Amino acid sequence: MEEMKNVVLEYIVDEYLDEDDEDEVSFDSPLISSGIVDSFSMVSLKRFVENKYSIKLPDEEATPEAFDTVNSICVLIKKHLG
Amino acid sequence: MSNIGSYERVKKDFNWEIARDVMNWKDGELLNIGAICSDRICARGDADKTALIWEGFGDKRAEYTFDDLRVYSNGFAQLLKEQGIEPGDRVCIFMDKIPSLYFSFLGILKLGAIAQPLFSAFGDESLEVRLASADTKAILTTRKHVRKVRKIKDKLPDLKNIIVVEGDPAKLKDGEVFFDVESAPRIEEFDVFESNSESPSVLHYTSGTTGQPKGALHVHSSVWGQALTTSWVLDLKDDDIYWCTADPGWVTGTSYGIIGPWALGITQCVLDSGFTSSRWYQFIQDNKISVWYSAPTAIRALMKDGNELVGKFDLSSLRHLASVGEPLNAEAVIWSGEVFNGLQFHDTFWQTETGAMMITNFPGMEIRPGSMGMPFPGISATVLDLESHEPVMEPGKVGLIAFRPGWPSMFRSYWKQPDIYRSKFVGAADDAMPDELRMNPDLWYVSGDRASIDKDGYFWFVGRDDDVINTGGHLVGPFEIESALVEHEAIAEAAAVGKPDEVNMEVVKAFVTLKPGYEPSDDLELNIMNFIRKRLSPLAMPQEIEYMDRLPKTRSGKIVRRYLKAIEWGEDVGDISSLSDD
Repeated sequence: MEEMKNVVLEYIVDEYLDEDDEDEVSFDSPLISSGIVDSFSMVSLKRFVENKYSIKLPDEEATPEAFDTVNSICVLIKKHLG
Repeated sequence: MSNIGSYERVKKDFNWEIARDVMNWKDGELLNIGAICSDRICARGDADKTALIWEGFGDKRAEYTFDDLRVYSNGFAQLLKEQGIEPGDRVCIFMDKIPSLYFSFLGILKLGAIAQPLFSAFGDESLEVRLASADTKAILTTRKHVRKVRKIKDKLPDLKNIIVVEGDPAKLKDGEVFFDVESAPRIEEFDVFESNSESPSVLHYTSGTTGQPKGALHVHSSVWGQALTTSWVLDLKDDDIYWCTADPGWVTGTSYGIIGPWALGITQCVLDSGFTSSRWYQFIQDNKISVWYSAPTAIRALMKDGNELVGKFDLSSLRHLASVGEPLNAEAVIWSGEVFNGLQFHDTFWQTETGAMMITNFPGMEIRPGSMGMPFPGISATVLDLESHEPVMEPGKVGLIAFRPGWPSMFRSYWKQPDIYRSKFVGAADDAMPDELRMNPDLWYVSGDRASIDKDGYFWFVGRDDDVINTGGHLVGPFEIESALVEHEAIAEAAAVGKPDEVNMEVVKAFVTLKPGYEPSDDLELNIMNFIRKRLSPLAMPQEIEYMDRLPKTRSGKIVRRYLKAIEWGEDVGDISSLSDD
C-alpha cells in the first residue's frame, strides 16, 4: 500500500504541480476540493491509475470525494485489485 | 411577488428605459460599470452593506462591503494608471476567483481600460493566443499562474506590465510588479474615466469552428441589459444573498457574477474551491444563500451524488434557482423540484456575444422541463430555416436561433475581425460596418445554435449548428485542439469532436493518426491527454483518443469532422459521396 501511495503521489506532483510549486502534497492532502486537480483533469488521473494497475474504475465510484486524497484513491485501487 | 410580475404585461409595454428605472438612474450620472458597481452603491447609502462574501479552500473566509469594493477598485485603477495603462488598453485578469479578481475588474473599468478576463486553468498556449490577439498591455495574475506568463512573455511584445497580486514579493522576477491591494494604502478618491454608452468595457474570448478564438468586445451600456435581466430573471431583491457559480474567465462570471448583481447593490457570494457536492451544499447552508445561478454540468453532478446527501444540509434559505451554459435536461429540472423544497431550476439561454440573457424561464412562468423558455421582453427572437434563412413559421420545426440586433448588451465587434462579425448577420451587405450591423432592425444575428419553437412560443434547444464543442457549459474550438494535437511528437493528423457525456453534455474526443515509429498504447493516450491539458486547458483535454489508420477526408484533403461526430452521436452520417477513397 505504501509503495502504491508513493507511485500515485509522484504522478500527481509531476503532472499537476509545477517544479517550483511551494504546495506540499502528502498522502492526505485534498486534491479535488483544494483545486490542485480539477474535475476535468481528474479524468487523466483516473486513466493513469487504471493504466498503472490494469483495472477499470466505474464512473459511479470514481467520484471527486473518492479522488480527493492519495489515501482515498489507493483505497479504491485496492478494492478493485481484489 | 416576483420583480417581473406578469411576463405578458411587461412584454407588451417594454422599452429598455425600464432598466434605468430599475436602477433608479438619474440623468447625468456617469455610465461607467466600475463606478456603477461600487461608488454609486455607496453614494446611494449602502457603503456598509456587504458586497462580497468570499470563501476559499480550507477555512479561508472574508467579507467586503461596497465601500471596500469602491476603495480596492480605486487601488487597482490607481496602480494601473501609475504603470502607464491608458483608457482603451487591454488588461488581462488571469487568476482564480480570489477577491482581487473582482476588485481589479472594477478598477480596470474605472480607469477606462478594457478588462480581458481569462480562465485561470488555461495553459500557456491558450493564454498566448488570446494575449497576442488582443495586444494586451498588462496582466494581473498570482504567484501560482505567473509561471505560465513567464513562459510566453518574450513572444508578446505588447505585454509591458506583469502584476502579481498575492504571494511572496521576494519570489518575483525582474520586471514584475507586486501589488497586494488590501495591504496597500487605501485610495479613497480616483478620478473615474468618463465613459459613455459606447466606450469599450470587457473583451471575452470565445471559440469558433475555424481559426483561433475571437474576442467579443462589449461596452459600458451593456449594464442596462445585465441589470434588468438580473432583476427580472434572477429576481434579485435588496435582501437576497446571491451565488453565481461561474468563473469570471467566462461571460457568465462577469455579466452575472459581477456586473448585474452589483449594479443593483446585491450581496453576492464566491466560492473559490474545487467542486464537491458536499462543499457546495455546505456553502449554501452557511451563507444562507437565497438565489443560486449555476450550470447544468454542476447540477447533474449534484444529482449524481444523490438525494440523501442533500438531506444532510439545511438549504431552506433557497428561494429561486436558475441555470446557464448548455441545455438543462428535463430530468435535472424535475430532480431540483424534488430535492430543493419544490424549487426548479429556471434555464436561461444566452452567449458570450449577447452579453446578457436572451431566452429564459421567468419567475412565475410555467416551466416546461427541458425548454429554454421564452425571449426576454425587448428581444425579438426566432428560428431561421436552415436553407432559406427565413423565419420558421411551423411549430416544432428546427432552425437557427436568431435575434434582431440592437439590444444594449450586444457585443460591438470581434476584436480586429470585422469580417467575422459581419458573417454572423443574415442579410448583411458585404461592406457593412459593425455599427451599421448592430443597429439594422432588418437583419438577423445568428447565434450558431439550433432550436425549435412550440405552438405556445417556448423555445427547445437542439444543438450547435457547427463543430464547436460545448463541454461543461464552455465552448471549445476543434481547430485549436487539432492544432495543438499535431504539435505532439507522435501525431501526424488529428480531428476533434464532441462526444456525448452524461454530466458535461459533451466532452472532447480526438481521432489521430500516428507518425511512423509510434504505436498506439494506453500510455501514449495518457501522454497526449496531459499534453493538451497543459498547453490548452483541462476543458480541451480529450477524454478519449481513437487511433486510426487514416482520417475521413474530402477529395480535396479536408478532414470531415461531421462524419466522425455523427458516428459518435449515433446519427446518420449523411451524404458521404464527397469523401476520398484513399
